[in-house]
Amino acid sequence: MTSSLTTVAYLGATILFILSLGGLSNPETSRRGNLYGIIGMTIAVLATVLGPRVAAAGIPWIVAAMVAGGAIGLYAARTVQMTQMPELVAIMHSLVGLAACLVGFASYVDTSIQYTGAEKAIHEIEIYVGILIGAVTFSGSVIAFGKLSGRIGGKPLLLPARHWLNLAGLLVVLWYGREFVMAPSIEAGMTPLIVMTAIALLFGIHMVMAIGGADMPVVVSMLNSYSGWAAAATGFMLSNDLLIVTGALVGSSGAILSYIMCRAMNRNFISVIAGGFGTGGGAPAAKAGEQPAGEVSPVSAAETSELLREAKNVIIVPGYGMAVAQAQHTVFEITKHLREKGVNVRFGIHPVAGRMPGHMNVLLAEAKVPYDIVLEMDEINEDFPDTDVAMVIGANDIVNPAAQDDPTSPIAGMPVLEVWKAKTSIVMKRSMASGYAGVDNPLFYKENNRMLFGDAKKMLDEVLVALKA
Amino acid sequence: MPLVIGVPKETAAGEKRVATVPEVVEKLIKLGFAVAVQSGAGDAANFSDDAYRGAGAEVVDGAAALWAKADIVFKVRGPSAEEVGLVREGTTLISFIWPAQNSELMQQLAARKATVLAIDSLPRTLSRAQKMDALTSQAGVAGYRAVIEAANAFGRFFNGQITAAGKVPPAKVFIAGAGVAGLAAIGTAAGLGAIVRANDTRAEVADQVVSLGGEFVKVDYEEEGSGGGGYAKVMSEGFQQAQREMYAKQAKEVDIIVTTALIPGKPAPRLITAEMVKSMKPGSVIVDMAAEQGGNCELTEPGQAVVKHGVTIIGYTDLVGRLSRQSSTLYATNLFRLAEELCKTKDGTINVNMDDDAIRGLTVIKEGTITWPPPPPKQAATPPAAKPAAAAPAAKGGHGHGHGAGEPMAGSTLAIMFAVAAALFWLIGAYAPASFLGHFTVFVLACFIGYMVIWNVTPSLHTPLMSVTNAISSIIAIGALVQIAPPLVDGATGRPDELIRWLAVAGIGLTAINMFGGFAVTRRMLAMFRK
Repeated sequence: MTSSLTTVAYLGATILFILSLGGLSNPETSRRGNLYGIIGMTIAVLATVLGPRVAAAGIPWIVAAMVAGGAIGLYAARTVQMTQMPELVAIMHSLVGLAACLVGFASYVDTSIQYTGAEKAIHEIEIYVGILIGAVTFSGSVIAFGKLSGRIGGKPLLLPARHWLNLAGLLVVLWYGREFVMAPSIEAGMTPLIVMTAIALLFGIHMVMAIGGADMPVVVSMLNSYSGWAAAATGFMLSNDLLIVTGALVGSSGAILSYIMCRAMNRNFISVIAGGFGTGGGAPAAKAGEQPAGEVSPVSAAETSELLREAKNVIIVPGYGMAVAQAQHTVFEITKHLREKGVNVRFGIHPVAGRMPGHMNVLLAEAKVPYDIVLEMDEINEDFPDTDVAMVIGANDIVNPAAQDDPTSPIAGMPVLEVWKAKTSIVMKRSMASGYAGVDNPLFYKENNRMLFGDAKKMLDEVLVALKA
Repeated sequence: MPLVIGVPKETAAGEKRVATVPEVVEKLIKLGFAVAVQSGAGDAANFSDDAYRGAGAEVVDGAAALWAKADIVFKVRGPSAEEVGLVREGTTLISFIWPAQNSELMQQLAARKATVLAIDSLPRTLSRAQKMDALTSQAGVAGYRAVIEAANAFGRFFNGQITAAGKVPPAKVFIAGAGVAGLAAIGTAAGLGAIVRANDTRAEVADQVVSLGGEFVKVDYEEEGSGGGGYAKVMSEGFQQAQREMYAKQAKEVDIIVTTALIPGKPAPRLITAEMVKSMKPGSVIVDMAAEQGGNCELTEPGQAVVKHGVTIIGYTDLVGRLSRQSSTLYATNLFRLAEELCKTKDGTINVNMDDDAIRGLTVIKEGTITWPPPPPKQAATPPAAKPAAAAPAAKGGHGHGHGAGEPMAGSTLAIMFAVAAALFWLIGAYAPASFLGHFTVFVLACFIGYMVIWNVTPSLHTPLMSVTNAISSIIAIGALVQIAPPLVDGATGRPDELIRWLAVAGIGLTAINMFGGFAVTRRMLAMFRK
């Protein structure tokens, strides 16, 4: 394959990637979108392997690495539970980050292409930046994986003077960047490069450690964005347009997702990155004196099924609790049963429900809930006044009326699902504990609200049995 | 000082309705208004002057005295030439106007510096406006009456009966057009026991037809006939051909046809040809509710009932007036609801609030200025903005976050962003070498493509999107691939081949996990999304 042919193949792959992302815009075209992505990737890899930059001697190595990696990847994809999707995505981001680092180091020690003057400086800056982003992505994703899979606690870890620490780290990175570019030989440049990598790794750990569990959707999509920028930086480093374009596509898509998530929480990006919700637990303690007035009225599973049976319109609002309890299949059974009885059951999804963007939709899809009854917050919020029963399953902050009523609340201004406007709302929860934001929820004390305490799966099973009786 | 609502006697020939009824007068007085009714205004609808007096209205002799007294005038038909002469400056007139067809009347009224609310210009798609929708209430009356007129002219029972004197088959009724009038006709005919079929170019009304006891007859041709605002539009030639065939078939089978097809601002479509009339059974009846706009049947004579080819064709244009007590009561209630909207303070004063979509649509002349046609109404689809009540202090400020998707940024923010971008570009342009610029161009454009493409992604697919972008980001494998064994270059000495190879192999292995795993898991997820 000549180098021109390779270039056209890259162009084709680029177009396929764009079509792939575009195809994801609605469920009907999404499968085709994924197929475009696969074809694009195949073309890109084949064109490279058969292209002029790879000698025949390398091919066995490539095949071996691909087969090994591919087998692991396919195995993981087949066995992962849908509730574990956030973890899987996070750990995969870390792989891209690590790969970017490796490619960066390899490119630095590679002497087969010689640069001089400004080009050399730019090439070295590109290597430096590429490794920096790759390292941050790698360590950040590993920590995110730990948090999402419960191996590391979800509470934000806030070091004293953490902003100053980050700033100091940045200055050191800049200083060593200068040293690195000025370095006369590869050996001399290695020290700054390794120090920088270490700092970047620490920075990634620190950044994600400081972010609370409820902000995880932002973190996951942000790391997604970083993995894209790492690919783009590598593309600059190797003068490869395909890498640049694809990296930029992924990077901007992750950035936009983060932005959408932030908007759904009415917070700005910087404040999410700079620190978690419920800072240190001091704020809720101060508010403990002013408990929302009213009584909590618990209900039993039998009474819940009674309420559901008599309803005409039901909206179910799932949250992370549904994912933890693996209750989505029971939820669907209940939905199916009620719909057969002529009850209009729909789902209201808050943009940041769960631990990654679109988490709830995937779980409901897994349980075979038809996607046309799964609605976004903006689509369904107006319908609550006409709803007989709003059932909240393991969600808290996203249905907290304090976001609208109490300007001093930490979540003030965050758009929420207005379940309290329904005739009756039922909240399924394990206990009265507050959500990730550490804010008490006045919804629980409202007159038309009922609490169904217990594990979501177990309780829903009981509701289903009572419904079928 | 409460405003006086004046209700004159209708002057148009044959108009038997009146704009308010005694029952509603009481409610208007409760809103704080005073009500004056012209003597004899309700006679044709069987409401006596005494009944109005009993409800608390003042009865005034003569139109001139009434118009002089009234601050707000409730009417049914638009004002005649003489009545326009009686309009005082500052009067508010509420009646049917049809501003599109009556531009001369509009000019005259504007010249009198009046405020005019045309009840026919109500934005009907607003659910809040339905209680004021006089077109609907009047059309419902007309549809009912059309079936009653048909039953009157038809020589048989509507319902099927098995009697000692033999079996009577039920009448078959076909209703063309399932708007408000058509639906009322379907309900009435079905209530009388007839077999009812109906057709409409708007496929979405099929359910409504069925719910009223009718059967929806489809035209065998694919085309969507909704013309916006709940009205029908003109259909294509192919569709019309298929529609004619369907009508011809129905004409042969049914006993009664009621046509209600109207297209706003256009002559009524010709649905029933002379041929079709000829093919109908003798004694059949056609009620053409579109007679005033030229008729849906070729042989209709507006205002008349005629017999042609043995078929009675009724083209009355005053179906509503033939039920004047009912239609007046409904119309009066519509106007009362409007008065409530105008007088939220319940103190007998009105506020023509142009920020209210419903009122904005109704108001065709505001204090002598023509305000028709209104701007397209704001759709309720705009997401409810974050509650402004002191909730979002963070949304303001210099940063770019916190803006809605379609919401433009503040001018100053935008200017600063452009300035920063310009400075950045200038720096890059001044110092970077040409080879870098090529890549940089590609990079920036790709960022924008990503931005454009991703905005359209539905939130329910965010997780698959992330996993597919994650899979795509394993394109970084290319970087490792080109390093593994590049063709030998002269002069390249001291390349640590072994080290690079292992680094590259590790890189390829890692990205392969990502590549295969990412696409496979996306596939698995997407396969689950189903309707």
